Amino acid sequence: MAGPLGKDLLGLAPLSAEQINLVLDTAVPFREISERAIKKVPTLRGATIVNLFFEASTRTRISFEFAEKRLSADTVNVASQGSSVSKGETLVDTARNLEAMRIDMVVIRHMASGAARFLAERIESNVINAGDGTNEHPTQGLLDLLTMRDRFGSLAGKRVCIVGDVLHSRVARSNIWGLTKLGAEVAVCGPRSLLPNAIGDMGVTVFDRIEPAIEWADALNVLRLQLERMEAGYIPSLREYNRVFGVTAARLERAPKELLILHPGPMNRGVEIDSDVADGPHSVILDQVTNGVAVRMAVLYLLAGGRPELAEAAKKGTA
Amino acid sequence: MSTAVRDLVLRGGRIVDPSQGLDAVGDVLIRDGRIEACGGSLGTPEGADVVDVSGLVVAPGLIDVHIHLREPGREDVETVATGAHSAVAGGFTGVCAMPNTKPVTDNQAVVGFVKRQGEAAGFARVYPYGAISVGQKGETLAELAEMVQAGAVAFSDDGKPVESAQLMRTALEYARAFNVPIAEHCEDMSLARGGSMNEGLMSAKLGLKGIPAEAEEIYVIRDILLAKRTGGHIHLCHLSTKGSVELVRWGKERGINVTAEVCSHHISLTEAAVDGYNTNAKMNPPLRTAEDVEALQQGVADGTIDLLVTDHAPHHYDEKEREFADAPNGIVGLETALGVNCTYLLHRGLISLSQLVDAMSCKPAKVFRLPGGTLARGALGDVTVFDPQREWTVDPTRFRSKGRNTPYGGHALRGLATMTVVGGRIVHRVV
Repeated sequence: MAGPLGKDLLGLAPLSAEQINLVLDTAVPFREISERAIKKVPTLRGATIVNLFFEASTRTRISFEFAEKRLSADTVNVASQGSSVSKGETLVDTARNLEAMRIDMVVIRHMASGAARFLAERIESNVINAGDGTNEHPTQGLLDLLTMRDRFGSLAGKRVCIVGDVLHSRVARSNIWGLTKLGAEVAVCGPRSLLPNAIGDMGVTVFDRIEPAIEWADALNVLRLQLERMEAGYIPSLREYNRVFGVTAARLERAPKELLILHPGPMNRGVEIDSDVADGPHSVILDQVTNGVAVRMAVLYLLAGGRPELAEAAKKGTA
Repeated sequence: MSTAVRDLVLRGGRIVDPSQGLDAVGDVLIRDGRIEACGGSLGTPEGADVVDVSGLVVAPGLIDVHIHLREPGREDVETVATGAHSAVAGGFTGVCAMPNTKPVTDNQAVVGFVKRQGEAAGFARVYPYGAISVGQKGETLAELAEMVQAGAVAFSDDGKPVESAQLMRTALEYARAFNVPIAEHCEDMSLARGGSMNEGLMSAKLGLKGIPAEAEEIYVIRDILLAKRTGGHIHLCHLSTKGSVELVRWGKERGINVTAEVCSHHISLTEAAVDGYNTNAKMNPPLRTAEDVEALQQGVADGTIDLLVTDHAPHHYDEKEREFADAPNGIVGLETALGVNCTYLLHRGLISLSQLVDAMSCKPAKVFRLPGGTLARGALGDVTVFDPQREWTVDPTRFRSKGRNTPYGGHALRGLATMTVVGGRIVHRVV
């Protein structure tokens, strides 16, 4: 029952611009469902979905669960902490067990890059990647794209700078693939120790300082700077990071134009982003969260074989 | 293998033996496990077995100085016997088994055990490596002298580098008395730890932690300099980068006692094989870039790289069937190496047939002071007969090795060992 996206959503790298736009277009009518008093349509009634989270997640897991429930799917959450190696069961055995229970879809979050693909190649069910290691987080990429498209109309020719720990970020990779395919210009900005060595070959511009990045960009997607990066010695201190790369109101004031500010969350206020920016007029951080549910509903709908042209009808509960 | 066997005449093959500067059609006669005569038309001694090998290459038995047998410790994955069987199926008459067994081959008892298991199996000759340090821990020098007496032909902590430069220096000095090489797995762990593929564009795209070329090269130059200081023989294992080739060239130009090997996979595949998180393309050192592959091929061609090896590393399929970062390193190689080397070096015109035999037989014997590597009268009756033109498709399910972990499954190769003779006995034959 492969729909227009194929069997799985593993990343934005394998998708075409048309497929990405299809998801974004489909998300728009679904967004309206969440604005109603009764936030539920019967589109996925009878479908079983497992949310398989091998890594801690609050926002993404809740967002997926709302998306599933608002489409009337039956959902089960499986949270499995700790490294996959230390766990008793292998991922391939987990996959076989899910298959044996005749699951329709699996949403997987895993600490290993390639884990979603690994699962998808071994089971018939649709697999949605909710973040695999440092590879991709495609639904986050899609919701970022939708949020920017809402504001810009089109992403073609727009300049987006991803700020921070690109090396360890699956959000950064999904953004780079998605934005590039939709015709945006992409830059990255962060300490060189947190950028992939080969970043220059990935078709993006590199800024070593935040000031010229702000001057260049139409939007900043500010990544979370994790404390363990400092502990692992990638940067000297969070304090210095904020002083050199922090997105602050003072720096934004000097920009020649108003910038859109995105952040995938959860934020470290005062580290990568200052509160007055996060809470300021150009922040679309909460719009991202709202769009997250809509985008995930669209992905679930399309993977389940839903026809994009019927999304309007699905919204009304008649399809 | 000392039991008397009938005379064996290999008739009418193209004898390629660089140790004697020989490349001519002729016969080879093996008597009592040794080469009795080589070249020309030799007639048929009474009661001799005669095999017509016309149209095929007759070479001194191939030797792979870098393989992993999993015995003792992981007999479920490979035993000395299955590994030695796999070796002769690939045309190898001799193999050097790395010491990262469980327990580690770091004492005369285990060295003797591995050697005896090899003799009992009766396939390829198995020459054990001993560990440089006790338990491969990199702390205390192991008892090298006793291990040499028990049959160890070289020393290495392969799988791990010798992190202490002082320990490596001592090993190089101490081993001089026994005239055996110290073989290094070059990898700066502070740079490489956590990495699972080459660091570059592919690792950036796949979101996998990379191992930079410099992790290898820093150790290559360190060890060359220590060999210069000590006069010891450093042998550099499985080199994978262009920079390493340049550094070895630098060392050899200065007369430093350095030798080097390269694996068949590093002269044939690039990091592109990893795409899709293919764990059968995961190895250490990792597959590198096209530029590295080209430099390694050139290194073999100009002799900077002395030897071709496999780094044969069998793993259970369960262990490879998992997330890329968690899968073990290594691939099996004994049964594909000759085909890969023919396909990617010989048939591309990068090396001659003589060079191929030199890098897979004569030089391994010479560099590791092993018997064999020649068809001169009186030498071991170890012979590999192969058809460099024979085309075949790799089917891992047909391997004699217990391991199936190869990136070459389904690949078309040109070049196949058709007969392997060890001590005058035919131990493998393709009909």
